Amino acid sequence: MRVPLSWLREYVDLPATETGRDVQAKLISAGLEVETVEQLGDGLKGPLVVGQVLTIEELEGFKKPIRFCTVDVGTANGTGEPQEIVCGARNFAVGDKVVVVLPGAELPGGFAIAARKTYGKTSHGMICSSDELGMGDDGTKGIIVLPPETEVGKDAIELLELVDEVLDIAVTANRGDCLSIRGVARETAIAYGLPLRDPALLDVPGPNAYGYPVQVSDPFGCDRFTARTVSGLSPEARSPIWLKRRLQKVGMRPISLAVDITNYVMMELGQPLHAYDRGLVQGTIGVRRAGEGEEIVTLDGAKRKLHSEDLVITDDRGPIGLAGVMGGANTEIADHEEGEGTTDVVIEAAHFDAVSIARTARRHKLSSEASRRFERGVDPAAAAAAAQRTVDLLVLLAGGTADAGVTEIAAPSAPHTITVPADHPDKVAGVEYGRETVVRRLQQVGCDVYGQDELIVTVPSWRPDLTEVNDLAEEVIRLEGYENLPSTLPKPPSGRGLTHRQRLHRRVGRALAGAGYVEAPNYPFIGEQVFDQLLLEADDPARRVVKLTNPLNDEEPALRTTLLPGLLGALRRNDGRGSHDLALFETGLVFLPRAEQKVAAALPVDRRPTDEEIAELNAALPEQPRHVAAVLAGAREQAGWWGKGRPADWADATEAARAVAREAGVELIVRGGQYGPWHPGRCAELVVVADGAEKVVGHAGELHPRVVKAFGLPARTCAMELDLDALEAVGDDTPQAPTISTFPVATQDVALVVDKFVPHADVETALREGAGELLEGIRLFDVYENAEQLGDGKKSLAYALRFRAGDRTLTVDEASAARDAAVALAGERTGAVLRG
Amino acid sequence: MKPEEIERMRDEALAAFAAADSLDALQEAKVAHTGGTSPLALANREIGALPPQAKAAAGKLVGQARGAVNKALAGRQAELEEERDARVLVEEAVDVTLPYDRVPAGARHPLTTLSERIEDVFVAMGYEVAEGPQVEAEWFNFDALNIGPDHPARGEADTFFVQGPEGGTESGVVLRTHTSPVQIRSLLSRELPVYVICPGVVYRTDELDATHTPVFRQVELLAVDEGLTMADLKGTMDHMVQALFGEGMKTRLRPNFFPFTEPSAEMDMVCYVCRGESVGNPDRPCRTCSSEGWIELGGCGMVNPKVLKACGVDPEKYSGFAFGFGIERMLMFRHNVEDMRDMVEGDVRFTRPFGMEI
Repeated sequence: MRVPLSWLREYVDLPATETGRDVQAKLISAGLEVETVEQLGDGLKGPLVVGQVLTIEELEGFKKPIRFCTVDVGTANGTGEPQEIVCGARNFAVGDKVVVVLPGAELPGGFAIAARKTYGKTSHGMICSSDELGMGDDGTKGIIVLPPETEVGKDAIELLELVDEVLDIAVTANRGDCLSIRGVARETAIAYGLPLRDPALLDVPGPNAYGYPVQVSDPFGCDRFTARTVSGLSPEARSPIWLKRRLQKVGMRPISLAVDITNYVMMELGQPLHAYDRGLVQGTIGVRRAGEGEEIVTLDGAKRKLHSEDLVITDDRGPIGLAGVMGGANTEIADHEEGEGTTDVVIEAAHFDAVSIARTARRHKLSSEASRRFERGVDPAAAAAAAQRTVDLLVLLAGGTADAGVTEIAAPSAPHTITVPADHPDKVAGVEYGRETVVRRLQQVGCDVYGQDELIVTVPSWRPDLTEVNDLAEEVIRLEGYENLPSTLPKPPSGRGLTHRQRLHRRVGRALAGAGYVEAPNYPFIGEQVFDQLLLEADDPARRVVKLTNPLNDEEPALRTTLLPGLLGALRRNDGRGSHDLALFETGLVFLPRAEQKVAAALPVDRRPTDEEIAELNAALPEQPRHVAAVLAGAREQAGWWGKGRPADWADATEAARAVAREAGVELIVRGGQYGPWHPGRCAELVVVADGAEKVVGHAGELHPRVVKAFGLPARTCAMELDLDALEAVGDDTPQAPTISTFPVATQDVALVVDKFVPHADVETALREGAGELLEGIRLFDVYENAEQLGDGKKSLAYALRFRAGDRTLTVDEASAARDAAVALAGERTGAVLRG
Repeated sequence: MKPEEIERMRDEALAAFAAADSLDALQEAKVAHTGGTSPLALANREIGALPPQAKAAAGKLVGQARGAVNKALAGRQAELEEERDARVLVEEAVDVTLPYDRVPAGARHPLTTLSERIEDVFVAMGYEVAEGPQVEAEWFNFDALNIGPDHPARGEADTFFVQGPEGGTESGVVLRTHTSPVQIRSLLSRELPVYVICPGVVYRTDELDATHTPVFRQVELLAVDEGLTMADLKGTMDHMVQALFGEGMKTRLRPNFFPFTEPSAEMDMVCYVCRGESVGNPDRPCRTCSSEGWIELGGCGMVNPKVLKACGVDPEKYSGFAFGFGIERMLMFRHNVEDMRDMVEGDVRFTRPFGMEI
């Protein structure tokens, strides 16, 4: 809501020295979010005067038509002689009154005016457009042509009210009353402790039988309907400058006098109004719900199919307006300049159900100044005054005659009262205001207050948002000043710290960052073609996605089921920006649809839902496990003065997975596997044992060359992804301390020859089991392939075995016996042979 | 055995040691003057052949000489070793300014670490960290928070909607637009009193630009207990900004409207850079707060009794406060991030300097 300070001052006698900034500060502290204070005419300096065009000479030979004019500016130029001015605009004629800026003046934006040679003439000033004066849209997009009666030589800065301050207020959804100058003036008056001159306090004649016939068939949707008629409007009458200027300052475009007046009154009082061309309305005006199949062409020219819940205004033909949202084209006020012009009008000032209007506006994607107000709450008691004000202005400005007939249909309603303990605001705030202050503040906002310890509060008609005791507490507390609230600390019970899952999440991040990975969180939006790029099988469960109805980007309408697409995108982006040695990770949710999707019910809010209801809601949501993924490309170890670097490879990916598993306290089984995105020969399947059963929780390794190509990644990009929640479920949070023996260690190295495709993991497992409990540790220290020495298809695995006993120094024989047992079991299980 | 002879032997040995200019030369001199065939050794051997009355004097004479020689030898040995060490260690000197970025350091994203930092402030006060799903039922995201189907705020929430069964539009499920549904989940699943901090990713249909991102992070706080007041809310927020920005920090409340709190407020904190001194002081402009003196943090208020009712909490007995704010914004002003896109693009050059904790 844009509020010109000059308009505000009409209803509140603010001290003359009070600036827009001052008022802004007061209103902010009272709870209105005044976002900016626009300084209209900032830097504007005269002389800026009214002139009359005397002659126009069309200059030839230029790229665009140029006019050389003489303009009578009275004595404003000091000489009384006509002012010679070159002008590029064409929407004016000899005899027109225009706004002339003379040399020595300055226009907004620091534009200094001086006599200057242009198009072979000397131009002594400019004829001004509304743009150049910073006035906002006046609908002409050209030179301002003033009404013919305007006096030549008059100061145009004053005439056009060019210098003003406009408060721009972001009105919250509960304060429909502040979508009007009246409402903001009331807040201003309270904030300054000054009286308000309420513009809605008008003498309004009571309803009678001669008014325009109106039939309200839906008193719930429309609880008030005032109709007034004005006849004999002058088709020539135009909106006066002050009216246009006020509309421009609040951000509306002047259209025609009757429409301008209804808009003006809406801005002033907050009551949306509609003016029908009486000659075009056929019979009784009705208010009802639309019938199925009915249609209407609204003022914006759109043909709209109506819904049976839409509230419509009708005449004998059918709908003539979408109630409270927008009028119909078939009863539109005719523009005076285009045709005969409307001479008789019917004024509608009605009150509609907020929910109904909100739904209609949403259904038709049609948000208007009227619907915005009805949705947020309009003062039903102001309808008659608003109609009266409109009638008065039509009579005053358009020369019409107010008809005696007054139609007023009002559904019976009682004012809303709230019973509230007088100390309730104190309890909410933590401040002792006392009953007297509470009552005074409530009265200030317009409430009637009775009672002692229990207050019976009748809220004013313009504040439908005040419905609960806390609403009243807020009024008291904000007017007493939020800034005066003390600062105290509650005493929460002792907490239990982070959960296992939360700590694991942090640990994983630290472990990977410690290993050189940089965290890169990504958006979860994906397109389904990404699954083809990842080489997923047609029936891969990861292809089942949660989709959005309104994605930001139609190419990415789904939510991720894997972290890889986003993370690979980040890798590619970094690579493209010149960072080539990359190790990135992400932890985040993936979204997995349930086998059968159900609609999440709208549960009631007046009670706690049952556990069954909560469970059903949760069952309507996709599963959302947390994953962790890492990707690598380029060098894992850089080359440097120490020697060569080392490219990232599949083993870094499996090690990243192991690092995560270590943090989770999980024994991760890493074994050969094959899965879509990964190189079939360099893919590890990551497995945990949960409840005695193996479960695949992820994969790691080098990416498939086709995936690398499809994503535009550096060659040999590697990746791993793990279901972190699945790890957490099987993890052991409390590692057990080993027994530390202080007896000497006995080390035995063995080199075993096995078939090339025997996994090290199998050999190591056999060695461990075979070696028995004397084995303290085992480490693979070499892998060696040489057909000449080992034979075709063979490899040698060299292990260092460390033996130790807890109670004695082992003899060489004991250690050797354990080693031999280890080798024997490895031989039995994997065909391993000691290398000779 | 003449004393002069012995003294000469001794002096020759001392001279030879002194003249030795390397450990090798000293070794030679050592063999020559203290070895088994050295003159002093031979002299020592001769003592045995002397008459008994002469033995004592000769023994003393030779012993003293040998003692002096050995002492000189040890002294010279130490000197030469020291010289050698000094030389060798100098030769072994390295350029300690060489870098060793063999595996460059990794980093956690500052949005993650800032969020954790905030969590920790509250965990230290006794709060617990609560989480909830990002794809959320509308009932949790809206209805239970007093944002009914026709509430204007529901339309203004810029919500992503999830497709319904068979691709239909009605699912009752959205991408959560704020972390506030975790308030509801906490009240439904925890025993009173409830003191929780709820960090998390939320979604709005804003295009990514320098100041907006459709995917961002919030931290939400909820306290529901007997007798909680707005003063408690303010004190809690004051504590938070002091913990995050230093002593003397404070917050300011401005009335606002949110359906799920009543009374509601916008929360500002005093600018931690200029502490308000840039206001009306053109000589000391402040970039961080645009010389406003205050920085907008987020929204807060007393939990609307309707919200408590929807969770089965008796509003006659319990009251609560809540507040929520965006982590991106705080990161921007706390660390001078100029462009929102830097926080979402995953550029390692942006993230690395933040390290493991902030």
